[in-house]
Amino acid sequence: MADSPSFRFRRLRSKSPEQTKDELAPDQHTLDLEPLTPGKPEQDGNGRGFSRRSFLSGLGAAGLVATAAPLAAAAPAVAPAADGPAEGASGTTLVLRVNGKDYTLRGLDPRATLLDTLRERIHLTGTKKGCDHGQCGACTVHVNGRRVNSCLSFAAMHEGDEITTIEGLGQPGNLHAMQAAFVEHDGYQCGYCTSGQIMSAVALLKEPIGPTDEDVKHAMAGNICRCGAYANIVAAVKQVRSQA
Amino acid sequence: MQTFQYSKADSVEKALASASAGKFIAGGTTLVDLMKLDVEQPKALVDINPLPLTKIEALPNGGLRIGALVRNSDLAWNDDVKRSYAVLSQAILSGASPQLRNMATTGGNLLQRTRCAYFREPGAGTPGGYSCNKRTPGTGCAAMDGHNRTHAVLGVSEHCIATHPSDMCVAMAALEAVIHVEGPKGKRTVQFADFHRLPGDTPHIENALEPGELVTHVDLPKLPEGAKSVYLKLRDRASYEFALASAAVVAKVEGGHVRFVRVAMGGVGTKPWRAHEAEAALTGKAVDAANFRHAAEAALAGAKPRTENAFKVELAKRCLVRTLKLATA
Repeated sequence: MADSPSFRFRRLRSKSPEQTKDELAPDQHTLDLEPLTPGKPEQDGNGRGFSRRSFLSGLGAAGLVATAAPLAAAAPAVAPAADGPAEGASGTTLVLRVNGKDYTLRGLDPRATLLDTLRERIHLTGTKKGCDHGQCGACTVHVNGRRVNSCLSFAAMHEGDEITTIEGLGQPGNLHAMQAAFVEHDGYQCGYCTSGQIMSAVALLKEPIGPTDEDVKHAMAGNICRCGAYANIVAAVKQVRSQA
Repeated sequence: MQTFQYSKADSVEKALASASAGKFIAGGTTLVDLMKLDVEQPKALVDINPLPLTKIEALPNGGLRIGALVRNSDLAWNDDVKRSYAVLSQAILSGASPQLRNMATTGGNLLQRTRCAYFREPGAGTPGGYSCNKRTPGTGCAAMDGHNRTHAVLGVSEHCIATHPSDMCVAMAALEAVIHVEGPKGKRTVQFADFHRLPGDTPHIENALEPGELVTHVDLPKLPEGAKSVYLKLRDRASYEFALASAAVVAKVEGGHVRFVRVAMGGVGTKPWRAHEAEAALTGKAVDAANFRHAAEAALAGAKPRTENAFKVELAKRCLVRTLKLATA
């Protein structure tokens, strides 16, 4: 049974309707709350599943390599997760509330930033790591409704906070007005800064910002765009401001 | 990043009790940045975000009391601050980014550290790394004869020329803020001018805090009736960039003469630079460009430029002249 194609590829079949998490984007259906470990058999209970990201992370794992030989030969073995020592052995347990859901994180390294935790543990990869030093704004999320750089805060500091990421702002087919405006005004090229731009733009709607273009630019100064989509970003922000 | 013990304190007493273990963390915008570079390696972090130090309140004597945990953006947006201490609001809004201003706190901003690239280099002050007396006294200063375009021209010593980067502090220096501190030995106050230290031969000691002490609030004295205040920041980019030169001016003009003036400068000093010489040169004088220029010359008379930052001397003078014009208009 272990060798049959149906066993190997059962993880790639979509989940049953009851298991689909409607609030998440299509590739965010897994809620992998434990650190990824290569070669470990699938564990139930936490809805641990299989995603593009976990597939690529685990490409070096023996089980997967054996069944996908041509692919493994072509692709480099990628070490799973983390820029620090392996998690899971020690560390704290923490509950983070993200986009209205509670996530229990076990074995969290105290050094884990909010950014890395959102991306690597909760697999909400819409928030991006640009500079990791609070200098670019790609990591912008909302904490209790205010925009912050998630790279400069430790996850442990946010127990009890309401955290909102781009995934919580809107979803395909249910876009936030700011997301729609960015699409309409072509406010992005490569898209890497875009989540941060949108999170910043939405937050500024509730800040005491003046009415002029200069005011909008100053209010968006914490989000850098290497592709130079600034003019269109400002246009998108202005459109939503005028609708508010 | 070195690992640490993390704990949260929900009262000043509890924070002080845990203090000997490591460092306080509030916004984290300086501390986490420097921990990622291994410049800061605290064994423990005491999270003081829950402390009840978040208010801005009017004082009976007409001044303003600012809790150490008031976020920079809230401080800048506060109506009382905008009305009575405009220079402080302008200074804060000219610094960092909206995200950073939402995270950074009053207390933390006082303690932010230099942006000197050598200081921030992982391994500086260790064998094989860049010389840095601020990281490890006695190892030398790589900036002196290295890249020093953004370094200080005032308050320098032969051991360190690192610029103090804060805008908020320049405004608070001009406003003569008083810092309230609490520690194992009790409560005390520190005049703003005495809080930050010149590098001298101890550049690793940056402020007057004793081990285990916590900034609890900052008081702003009442300004003379009719005083106006302005902050002007000059830098390579129009935003999200530290000052090359900046000036904070508080001035009261009567009958075309300066009755009261306070001047502080940023981007040019090893600490937030109160320009006493400029104040002395301006008090009682007529409001005109020549007097402003004399005052600027006096403020920068003691400047000691290096190979790449000599431009700052003239830039700072013109910055001060422009700010004086704006403050006395």
